[in-house]
Amino acid sequence: MNPRHDPLAHAVLLLGAILFVAPLWLVFVGSTQDPAAIARGELSFLPGEAGFGAYTRVLNGPVPRMLMISLGMALAIAIGKIIISVLSAFAIAFFRFPGRQVAFWLIFITLMLPVEVRIIPTYSVMSDLGLINTFTGLWLPLIASATATLLFRQVFVAIPDELVEAARMDGAGPLRFLWDIVLPVSGANIAALFVILFIYGWNQYLWPLLVATNPRLDTIVIGIVKMVAVETETDWSAVMATAMIAVLPPVVVVLLMQRWFVAGLTEVEK
Amino acid sequence: MERRTIFGHRLLPVALVAPQFLLTLIFFLWPACQAVWSSMTRQDPFGLHSQFAGLDNFVELITDPLYRDTIGRTAFFMVAVSAVSMSLALLLAVFADREIRGRIVYRTLLISPYAIAPAMAAVLWILMLQPRIGIVGVWLNKHGIPWDYHLNDRQAMGVIVLASAWKQVSYNFIFFLAGLQSVPRSVLEAARLDGARGWHRFRTITFPLLAPTTFFLLVVNMVYAAFDTFGTIQALTQGGPGKATETLVVKVYRDGVVNLDIGSSSAQSVILMLGVIGLTALQFRFLGRRRPT
Repeated sequence: MNPRHDPLAHAVLLLGAILFVAPLWLVFVGSTQDPAAIARGELSFLPGEAGFGAYTRVLNGPVPRMLMISLGMALAIAIGKIIISVLSAFAIAFFRFPGRQVAFWLIFITLMLPVEVRIIPTYSVMSDLGLINTFTGLWLPLIASATATLLFRQVFVAIPDELVEAARMDGAGPLRFLWDIVLPVSGANIAALFVILFIYGWNQYLWPLLVATNPRLDTIVIGIVKMVAVETETDWSAVMATAMIAVLPPVVVVLLMQRWFVAGLTEVEK
Repeated sequence: MERRTIFGHRLLPVALVAPQFLLTLIFFLWPACQAVWSSMTRQDPFGLHSQFAGLDNFVELITDPLYRDTIGRTAFFMVAVSAVSMSLALLLAVFADREIRGRIVYRTLLISPYAIAPAMAAVLWILMLQPRIGIVGVWLNKHGIPWDYHLNDRQAMGVIVLASAWKQVSYNFIFFLAGLQSVPRSVLEAARLDGARGWHRFRTITFPLLAPTTFFLLVVNMVYAAFDTFGTIQALTQGGPGKATETLVVKVYRDGVVNLDIGSSSAQSVILMLGVIGLTALQFRFLGRRRPT
């Protein structure tokens, strides 16, 4: 088919793109409009006269701290998950040791226990450990990951035996082998997983809501839901400016790493 | 698959698995066991006394018409979100797979909402649909259609389905597009030569070849709708008006965290766990694929 003439495809895709971009556009234009006008129901589709005042307002409030909490949490979860998953997958793929099967199955079980199904008991464990209202509490319990471990195990098992043999001939110990060979060959998987896990961490809602009641530990997602929860006398342009700021970091990460991320996502979940 | 060459150490691998193992034990297995235990006890509201109650909590739940309503509502919500989100994604993927100009731009625009949190999706839709400030909400009210999802049950359900499905389209789109791209061009070419036209070709060749992807996505979408939409619902309706948008997870949260009914909330958790185990087993039985964490 002539690539230039497919009006139906263009129409469908354009409508689709509008459906996904319009809400974001509305938030952007809203952030530049007069909050009183928005409250009167006069939100307009064009950028307003208020300029970037709302951004200055929110950046002088608690938003920068929320951003730091979100960023710290997302990074800690992504990096933490990758480290402990690489280590355990390496052990399971390259060693025979007592309890190997047990360890494998225990990790596997975490697939079946998302936090949503164990809200109360997890809370009580957290409070026994003194992790309620601590930054550690926000990320530490979330870094156990069956998905990442299983993925890395799959990648590691595919490393040819000859390579392992050669490394051993050269007198490389297991840790040297991990650092010099295993990690470099898994680079693309690690990058893809980093994107997926960063977004997973940034987008957490129920977990921080549960374990951090102190407003100083509010993530940006928690913060914005709190802002919209009071629908009277809301400073709507501030809400929208905060929403823009909250959405941008993960979107930028996805855009910058789109190729790795798409390949990785379909790979991870196969 | 097992490898032939391995390292001989004994303690090192145990040390390497230890962090993952301990975290799983402390934050997953121990709480899960506690959930099972407290689902079989009854506590006074202050948590001072608890006594063994056997399966009473479960019997109470299953015979409670309100709980059965919540199950029905959740099932409807799961099916609605999956259906809307998957059909829209499939439609977009089919056209994005065609050789047209600017397809990279379209793809990028359709993929990027993956990065938006479920709770953030709710916030974006509030600005569209909120009856007094949202652009669509205000328009509807002005034109004689009474619109307020804080008051109207059906509108509330519609709004959470819309926001939840919207957020999940990009995920489904990525997988459908990957699935379409792996359909061998030679097969399509052969069908074209045999005279199979657009829709017919899609129905008899492309769609059957997408069946594994579709089934995988169906399970993922069900799990997403059941568990990951808590933030969306909380931000939009908090389960209201009344119980109109209360899904099973919202109910666990309301009963456990807000009303402190530990016994019942734990029993609900155990029922949800059985649900997840069922779905995971289903996925493995048919596909050998995992659910995302």
